[in-house]
Amino acid sequence: MGHKADFVAGKKALLHTETCASIDHWMAKFPPQHRRSAIIQALMAAQDQNGGWLSPDLINAVANYMDLPPVWANEVVSFYSMFDTRPVGRHKVNICTNISCWLNGADAIVSQVESKLGIRMGETTADERITLVVEEECLAACCGAPMMTVDGHYHENLDQNKIDTILDGLE
Amino acid sequence: MSTQPDKTVQPAPVETVNIEVDGIAMNVPKNSMIIEATDKSGISIPRFCYHSKLSIAANCRMCLVDVEKAPKPMPACATPVMDGMKVYTQSRRALDAQHGVMEFLLINHPLDCPICDQGGECELQDMAVGYGRSVSRFSERKRVVADHDIGPLVQTDMTRCIQCTRCVRFLDEIAGTNELGMFGRGDRATIGTCLEQGIDSELSGNVIDLCPVGALTNKPFRFSARAWELTARPSLGVHDGVGSALWYHTRRGRIMRAVPRENESTNETWLSDRDRYSHFGLNHNDRVLEPMLKVDGEWQNVSWDEGVQAAADALRGTVAEHGSGQLGVLMTPAASTEEYYLAQRMTRGLDCPNIDHRLRQQDFSDDGTQSASMGFQGSMDAIDQADVVLLIGSNIREEAPILGQRVRKAWRAGASVAALNPVDWNFHFDLKYRNISAPQNMVSELALIAAAVATASGQNLPAELRVAGAEKVPDSGHQSLASLLISEGNKMLILGQVSLAHHQSAWLRQLSSWIAGVTGSELNIVAPGGNAVGAAKAGAIPVHGAGGSEVDRGLDCRSMLNNPLKGYLLWDFEPDHDTSNPALSMASLGAAGTVVAVASFAGESLRACADVILPLAPAAESQGLYYTLDGQSFMVEPAGRVAGQARPGWKILRRLGAHLELDGFDQVDLASIRREMLDDIGDAENGSTAAELAQLDEPVQESGLHRIGDVAMYGVDALCRRSEFLQSTVQAQNDFVGLNPEDAASLGLVDGQDARLRQADTQITLTVRVRNELPVGGVWLKSATAISGLMGDSFAAISVEAV
Repeated sequence: MGHKADFVAGKKALLHTETCASIDHWMAKFPPQHRRSAIIQALMAAQDQNGGWLSPDLINAVANYMDLPPVWANEVVSFYSMFDTRPVGRHKVNICTNISCWLNGADAIVSQVESKLGIRMGETTADERITLVVEEECLAACCGAPMMTVDGHYHENLDQNKIDTILDGLE
Repeated sequence: MSTQPDKTVQPAPVETVNIEVDGIAMNVPKNSMIIEATDKSGISIPRFCYHSKLSIAANCRMCLVDVEKAPKPMPACATPVMDGMKVYTQSRRALDAQHGVMEFLLINHPLDCPICDQGGECELQDMAVGYGRSVSRFSERKRVVADHDIGPLVQTDMTRCIQCTRCVRFLDEIAGTNELGMFGRGDRATIGTCLEQGIDSELSGNVIDLCPVGALTNKPFRFSARAWELTARPSLGVHDGVGSALWYHTRRGRIMRAVPRENESTNETWLSDRDRYSHFGLNHNDRVLEPMLKVDGEWQNVSWDEGVQAAADALRGTVAEHGSGQLGVLMTPAASTEEYYLAQRMTRGLDCPNIDHRLRQQDFSDDGTQSASMGFQGSMDAIDQADVVLLIGSNIREEAPILGQRVRKAWRAGASVAALNPVDWNFHFDLKYRNISAPQNMVSELALIAAAVATASGQNLPAELRVAGAEKVPDSGHQSLASLLISEGNKMLILGQVSLAHHQSAWLRQLSSWIAGVTGSELNIVAPGGNAVGAAKAGAIPVHGAGGSEVDRGLDCRSMLNNPLKGYLLWDFEPDHDTSNPALSMASLGAAGTVVAVASFAGESLRACADVILPLAPAAESQGLYYTLDGQSFMVEPAGRVAGQARPGWKILRRLGAHLELDGFDQVDLASIRREMLDDIGDAENGSTAAELAQLDEPVQESGLHRIGDVAMYGVDALCRRSEFLQSTVQAQNDFVGLNPEDAASLGLVDGQDARLRQADTQITLTVRVRNELPVGGVWLKSATAISGLMGDSFAAISVEAV
């Protein structure tokens, strides 16, 4: 890749062995000169090792490990809403507010959850239990609108009771 | 005027297709884009993100055109031509699309051109006049983007950014530093660096020219002039031998800024930061504005008559009193060819053979042979097509940023790049073979490479090049490099300034020259200074006169300083920065009876050792002929008004020559001098009649620590050193001593600690930086910095100890 950025040197030491194994797995799927393509999965692995969020150092660690310009990793993190750059709660709740869910009452669900948890979208509860992910776009489950995901699991045809059960069931 | 090198390689014929644009039939290369065809034929299509030297992004959508049978307007920059394609750039649909895009672009762009530095030379402003509505329909709030400081050279105003990503692509593709990126998405996307980093590329200023709006502007120039007040005057960058074509934009005779002037054979469309920002040093307080005479230790301003009289008396006096061999003439490698020509005529007219311009060289033992000649065997633009590039003692990114960019271009096209260097420099290309050797080991390593080449090619290494007592045999690394070098293709050796300044540079030159000859590679020498090739052609060298004519051989630069002479003429350089051994230079000049200096700038060192200083107009204010490394010649005409009483060098020399009553100094204009000079230079290749190789002294195998004293990038000449903006870049922060971790440990030094450095009878104290990119036995202390001006040889033994 040519020029090396000094400020990422040695940062790869921050990555756990399992994270590195996961990155290697994804990098092996692409020719070496196109290893950039593995960056989303690599960042996901790094995010998983860190309790669901990426610190600037960790992003640079991924770039350092993959021998890519740090700017490329930072661009990807800033682009996708699945990457968090601030500490998050133990559970991530994403309520879809896109067109189908919205027509089926997503707004009411958002305000119900907000008042139940006492936080706004984008915030984390004081006990660090739940983070409400801001402005989630279509999750491709319009047939079950309104819907949300909790830690990546889909919950469809939501109503007040269902939401209470799901959220109360989170540790 | 320029001479083009022979192009022996014929390009392969390209397949073409027939298209029609606005009813005009064209025959264009297959797979090219519509915009390339229209650009070539002068049909104008508006664009922001497209740039012929960058990859295609197609993200501004300004170049939408109407293509027959296409369901919607197509971006001309990303639509390949097809046989029979009919394109309409002025149809209702094309114009509507362009108007629509323009309206969207202006939604988030401030409409306050009068307070923008780009106003009057802004592509968006121009296009808005052509394609925009006269009144904005957008009454909502515009977005605002926070700025941050990205360094002393480029100013950001990111609210004005239209996300064309030209700057991002430039730094990714051309400069290779990947320092900018687009963060966020949609209407919140912004261009920025990560983690508040700055842009440290040596080519960073080019993003200013690429930016179609006022988001990235020239920081030192900002708000100091408007485009319509400026006059563009063509000139040349003289801080390296590339001969980068540039425009100086002047207002009432004062140079306000520099921008690149396109020349595919030299700088393409780029300009190094060194050439772009050096002119800000022109009005530094050290600038010599009037002839000066030292009377009883005090400097006094005098008239030109008195100044020239004093200088002529000093020169004549030295020769009359002590003999003509007691005068030494030392010149910067960045003077004009006419200055070299007249200076050598004057020097030799005084029967003095001692003239040289190779100030940073210490080893002259191959002088007079072919290997001692400077410059390129090939052409600079041939680097792009190279298949194998071997860098020998060269930090090409700093020595000649434009050539570094060309090596990167070759590497991107698949070339193998190899390096034998004393520092593992952070190149913007990957190395296929990397040999990081301390200076004292470079000759033996190159000899091993030569031995491997000899074996691989079945040739015998000539006796002159055998390094006796070398028990080592080539290892697999040397052998793999040798097999690269004997492979088919365009191969070149680039001998850099580290090799030239090296204490055994004759060995490095001869070995390189032999390797190049045997492997059929070009040997390209990146000599320091803006006109080293011109200096050699014009005869400002002790071994031959103009055009290689035979002369009495004089002393080389080093010999003139090793045994102090009675009198010196110094042409536009500073002895404590621009010579290989500052301490020796200062001592010898201090011991001399009389020192005449002709210079644009006089700092403390020059004021201390000179007795007469005559003010010289620098290249930007002067005129003359300059040769690039590959022998192209370019005329420079004055761009800025001459400061104070300064005069072009040729006028000063003409008057000096006349005062000394020498023949051949009665010209009335530069043109007649140039005619005589070009007649003398002729077509002769310098040193072509000379022997190929010299018998050199056996290189001494040294142990202990050795200094790596490559020249600080922005310390190459007096002008660069006085540009406050260049001096605030990261490249200019060189007050440290670098050590390999192993050496640091054995010396008991850690990073950040102070260490005492000694060379001969000089010593300084500096902060240690432990660096992995250094070899064992190498001590990195850059040359041409204030602190290294107190030290000895840039490449020589040095001792380091904890304080």
